[in-house]
Amino acid sequence: MNKPRINEDVCMRCGACVGTCPANAMFLKEFTLEVNDDCTTCGLCFRACPVGAIKLEGGP
Amino acid sequence: MKKGEVLKYDVLVVGAGPAGSTAARFASKNGARTLVIEKRQEIGSPVRCGEATTLSWLEEVEIEDHDRWCVTTVKGARIFFPGAKMLELVGKFDTTGVGIVIERDILDKDLAKLAIGEGAEYMLKTSAVSLIKEDGKVCGVMARSMGKEIEIRADIVIGADGFESQVGRWGGIYKSLPPEDIISCFQYRMAGLDIDLDFTYLYLGEFAPGGFVWVFPKKDNQANVGLGIKLSLIEENKTPKDYLDEFIASKEEFKKGMAIDMVAGGVEVGPPPSNVTADGLMLVGDASRVVNPITGGGVANGVRQGKIAGEVAAQCVREGRFDHDYLKEHYEARWRDLLENEIWRNYMIKEKLNSISGKAFAKLMETLSKVDLKESNLAVLLEAIQKENPEIMEELQSMF
Repeated sequence: MNKPRINEDVCMRCGACVGTCPANAMFLKEFTLEVNDDCTTCGLCFRACPVGAIKLEGGP
Repeated sequence: MKKGEVLKYDVLVVGAGPAGSTAARFASKNGARTLVIEKRQEIGSPVRCGEATTLSWLEEVEIEDHDRWCVTTVKGARIFFPGAKMLELVGKFDTTGVGIVIERDILDKDLAKLAIGEGAEYMLKTSAVSLIKEDGKVCGVMARSMGKEIEIRADIVIGADGFESQVGRWGGIYKSLPPEDIISCFQYRMAGLDIDLDFTYLYLGEFAPGGFVWVFPKKDNQANVGLGIKLSLIEENKTPKDYLDEFIASKEEFKKGMAIDMVAGGVEVGPPPSNVTADGLMLVGDASRVVNPITGGGVANGVRQGKIAGEVAAQCVREGRFDHDYLKEHYEARWRDLLENEIWRNYMIKEKLNSISGKAFAKLMETLSKVDLKESNLAVLLEAIQKENPEIMEELQSMF
């Protein structure tokens, strides 16, 4: 699996992925959702997103 | 506020939700100079909540006036089980009192007003970006406020930053949650619904694996229609929004409604946390993992715990003690006394219900179908289960 890519057009900035991320690699910024290099590409954020705003590059 | 300026308070609360504002209110009331920072530009908005609760906790946290934010008092609940069997519970249908539906944005602002009335200060559009630590003790936060970097120093920091709490992680209180304890939620506030708005509706089973669909009525044919699904049970390539859209499409009474708001969010439904404090740091509310594991409701426990956090924070300031041992003895001990057993019990019940075999569940449904549901309450139901399925009752009782 690969690092998550956030579709900002779909993201509701709810923080479900941020709270789920086991690596604490996701951050809600003022206008964006950021993923830093601590990401272990575990894919949990993809599962947690209530609206499907997260894609795993090269993955589903 | 100039760049590089350092602010100094006794108590700093990160997050102006119900738990944070209640902590600030009781810290101020007990003499501590308190600042609340909130990353959003408006307290309480956008709403991220199902907005159903009860009236039972208001007195404990000294809230007298709830007219502005309590919009519906429901008569009871209609619970739909798999196979379309319906159970109607009227009146005080659970042990927590009369059900109400609220406007969370108004509640959050009201709780902030109460805190401000006690002297608490607020800064909006201000996010914590890191904790300031000295010799392992939390001494404040670095924050971005309206585009400027600022330093806010405090003797004690209260992390009230919700499910996605960064403060708790920065403070080393916890790292991650097990996926089986996470529920992913999606909700529409709908208008134009043609349903009996005196009831809440809960749908268990296939519509929301490991969770449930809720319908919480509001005035003028509106309702919050939402669901939560256990992370580990969400089908591949499907989102909670997809599940909710399917549910709505399958029900004539909801198809007519239109969404006027969308809400998403994560909820933690695990056992009570083992520790929510560190040197100079306390967590409250969803950030401290005190959500009711059965309902997913966080407001009542968060506010009840917030009151204790505020009182203890002021006590810390008076005594000049901010160390982990002191917080354990005073904050952890007090909130655990109040909430821990309840959270454990509800967590165990939830786990048990999830683990009941299909056959046992079918038997349970058969029993429930024989009860005169219009007249029933929880006691009647339990009595019926005891009579018809003593083995299930025994299992339930073995948990306490």
